[in-house]
Amino acid sequence: MSNRIMGVINLIHETDELEHLTQSRCLATVPFGARYRLIDFILSSMVNSGINKVAVFAHTKYRSLMDHLGSGKYWDLNNRQSGLFILPPATDDLQEISRGDLYHFYQNRDYFNRSTLEYVVITRSHMVCNIDFNPIIDEHEARGADITIVCKKQHDLAGKARKVKMSSDGRITSIQENYGRMLSDISSMEMYVMKKDLLMEIVETSLAQGQDHLVRHAIFSRLNKLRVYGHLYDGYLGVVNTLESYFSNSMNLLCPEVWKELFFQPGTIFTKVKDEPPARYLESSKVNNSLIANGCRIEGTVENSILFRGVHIGKGAVIRNSIIMQNGIIGENSLIQHSILDKDVRVDCNRDIRGAERLPFLAGKRKTI
Amino acid sequence: MARKEMLAMLLAGGEGKRLGVLTKDLAKPAVYFGGKYRIIDFTLSNCTHSGIDTVGVLTQYQPFELNRYLGIGTPWGLDRSDGGMAILPPHVKQKGGVWYKGTANAIYQNMEFIERYNPSYVLVISGDHIYTMDYDLMLQHHKRCGADVTIAGIEVDWKEASRFGVMHVDDEDRITAFEEKPAKPTSNIASMGVYIFTWSVLQKYLIYDEANRQSSNDFGKDIIPAMMRDGLIVSAYSFRGYWKDVGTIESLWEANMDLLAEEPSLDLSDTDWRIYSVNPNRPAQYVAAGAQVISSMVTEGCVVEGRVDRSVLFYGVQMEKDSEVSESVIMPNVRIGEGARVYRAIIGEGAVIEDGVQIGDPEDEAITVVAVGQFVANDHVLLEVEPS
Repeated sequence: MSNRIMGVINLIHETDELEHLTQSRCLATVPFGARYRLIDFILSSMVNSGINKVAVFAHTKYRSLMDHLGSGKYWDLNNRQSGLFILPPATDDLQEISRGDLYHFYQNRDYFNRSTLEYVVITRSHMVCNIDFNPIIDEHEARGADITIVCKKQHDLAGKARKVKMSSDGRITSIQENYGRMLSDISSMEMYVMKKDLLMEIVETSLAQGQDHLVRHAIFSRLNKLRVYGHLYDGYLGVVNTLESYFSNSMNLLCPEVWKELFFQPGTIFTKVKDEPPARYLESSKVNNSLIANGCRIEGTVENSILFRGVHIGKGAVIRNSIIMQNGIIGENSLIQHSILDKDVRVDCNRDIRGAERLPFLAGKRKTI
Repeated sequence: MARKEMLAMLLAGGEGKRLGVLTKDLAKPAVYFGGKYRIIDFTLSNCTHSGIDTVGVLTQYQPFELNRYLGIGTPWGLDRSDGGMAILPPHVKQKGGVWYKGTANAIYQNMEFIERYNPSYVLVISGDHIYTMDYDLMLQHHKRCGADVTIAGIEVDWKEASRFGVMHVDDEDRITAFEEKPAKPTSNIASMGVYIFTWSVLQKYLIYDEANRQSSNDFGKDIIPAMMRDGLIVSAYSFRGYWKDVGTIESLWEANMDLLAEEPSLDLSDTDWRIYSVNPNRPAQYVAAGAQVISSMVTEGCVVEGRVDRSVLFYGVQMEKDSEVSESVIMPNVRIGEGARVYRAIIGEGAVIEDGVQIGDPEDEAITVVAVGQFVANDHVLLEVEPS
C-alpha cells in the first residue's frame, strides 16, 4: 500500500508567530516535547505509515533544518533508492523566493515526474500528531475522491487553522482562512492526499492561470470541480503556530494520556540522536509532574515543567510551569514561572522570572539573565 | 589499503561467569551499565576519541546480542570505508579451526586481519572494563620509551591488589616483575589489561607461543612473561583516573553506584569525551506528581510514579504508584508494580516485579539479582541471590 505514496513536507510560507523561537530557525525545527523538533512528528508519522520517500520543501532559515535532518538516518530514510530529499528554493532570482508554493512545486516538477509513486501526501510541519496515512488512502479510494483533506473536529483547538465545512457524506463544501467568519468546529490539518498526476496537473494549470498558492488558490477554487473530501482524524492534535499554542500544547504533554498517545500510538516518534548521559537527580532535587530529557542535572525543584537535554537546575532554584530548552543553566535560588527559555539561556543566581499563564515570558537563544 | 599506525583488537568473547544470570544469554561486554550504556561502549568510545579508526572485535561467547548491538559500528563513528569495525569470531581455515583458546590465541588466529593494515603498533584491550582513557597518550609513551610492549597500570588499594596482575616498575617506567593475582602482593600497581605492542615483536611472539604446547596462550600468563625473560623492553604507562573491572555482581553494582556521587570520578557528561552508545529513541522521562527521585540517574523513556533513591534506572523502566527503589540498578524496560519495594538489587532487562513484591532487604549487605525477563510475583518468588 504505502510504497505507492510519496510524502511532501511543505515549509513554504508556513505561519510562524512564535516570536523569538522562530527568529533564527524555521517553524519546523522549533524544539518541542523535551527532545524533539516539530517536524519529527509528521516525518515519523510518514515513515511509520510505510512512506519511504519524503521531500522537505525548505524555504527560509533552514540551517537548523539541514542540521537536524542530515541524511535522514534517524528516521530510517537514508535509503539507497529513495529516502529523504531536502529541496530548498530553486530560483534564479531572489525575489522569486517569496512566491507561493505552486511555483516551488513547479520548480521541482522533475522530482515528481521522475518518481513512479502513485500518491502524494502533502503536509506542513506544525500539526503535531501521530497519524497513520494508510486508512486515509483506503478511505480516499473507497470514496473515489480526487483530494482528501485531513481534518480535526474540535472546537477549542489552540493555534491558527483553516476552517472547513463538510456535508454529511464527507464532501468539503467550503474552506476559509482562520480569521474568516464562517462558523465550524472542523479545522483543516493541512494534509492533502491526491494522485501525483493530479497534483502536477493542478500545479501547471493553476500557475498558467496566474494563481500562486496551492491551497488558497488552486484547491479553494476547485472545491466544486473536484471531489474534495475530508477525513476526520480522531487522535491528539496540537496546532503549534503561535506562541500561546506552543505553550499550551507543550503543557498538554504533561498529561500521561497525551504523551503516551503522541509519542507511541500508532508509531514511535523519532528524532536526531544525541549522546547525552542519563539525567542526574541530586540529593536536594524535587521533581513533580515534569518531563525531563537526558543530560539534565537537577539540584532544585521542578514542577509542571519540561526540561530539554542538558539543562542544569541549581540548588534552591524553583521551576514551575515552564519550558527550558537544551543546555539552559539556572543558577541557585532563582525562581522561574510560566516561562519559555530558548536554547543556551543562562539565568544567574537569585533571579525572579515570571510570566503569566496565557502570556509566558520568553527568553531568546543564548540570553543571559 | 592505507597503512594504519595503530589498530585496536578488542577482546569481547568473555563469558563473565561471575555475573551469573546476567550473562546467561549475553556476552559480558554487552552487559548494561550506567543507565543507558553497555560495558563495551566505554572501550569503543575510547578508541574513537583516541583517533583509532580500525577496531577488530573478537567475539566468541553468546555473540548474537552483541553482534546486533555493534552493527557496523555507526554509533561509535566506526562505519568507515577504510578500516572501521570488524567483528572477528573464531573461524575455519583450510587446515580447520578451533575456538579461541586464550587471549593471545585469539589475536594469533586473526593475524591475517592485522596484516591487511600492516600497522606499526597493535593495541590490545578488553571489553570488560569501565574507564575513559586516551590511548594516543599511551602510544606516545610507548614510542618515547622505545618499548616493545607497554602495559597500562593503575594504583589500587593494597587489600584489592591480590585480585589483579600486579607489576613492579622502576624509575624509568620499566616493568621489572609481573605477578598474576599474587596471594601476598608486593606492589599495588595493577595491570589494566591494556597493552600496546610493537606489531613486528608481537607477531614473532604469537607464533612462538602458539608452537609451545604447554602455553595457555594468554597475554598475562605467557606472552608478557616470555618477553620479560627475553629481556625485551616492557614498559609501564601509569594511568590516573577511574577504572573498574565489572566482572562480579558486586563490582557491577558498585560501579553503578559510583556514578551517583555528587561529582563522580567517571564523568559521563564530559562533552569532550562522550560515551557513545546505541540510542533507544524513547521520549523524555516522566516524573509524575507525587513521585520522588533523589541521588539517582534516570534515563529517557522511564515513567516514575514511585520513590527512587540512590539508584540507576535504564530506559523504559516503569515504576508504579507507591513503589520504591533504593540502592538498585534497574535495567531497561523493567516494570515495578504498585507498592513493590526493591532494595540493593540488580533487576535484569524486561523483568516484572508484581504489585507489592519485595526484592532484597534494606538491612542486608548482599545484592539480589533478578534475571532478564524474570516475572516475580508474591506467591512465586524466584530470586537468584549472589552469595557474598
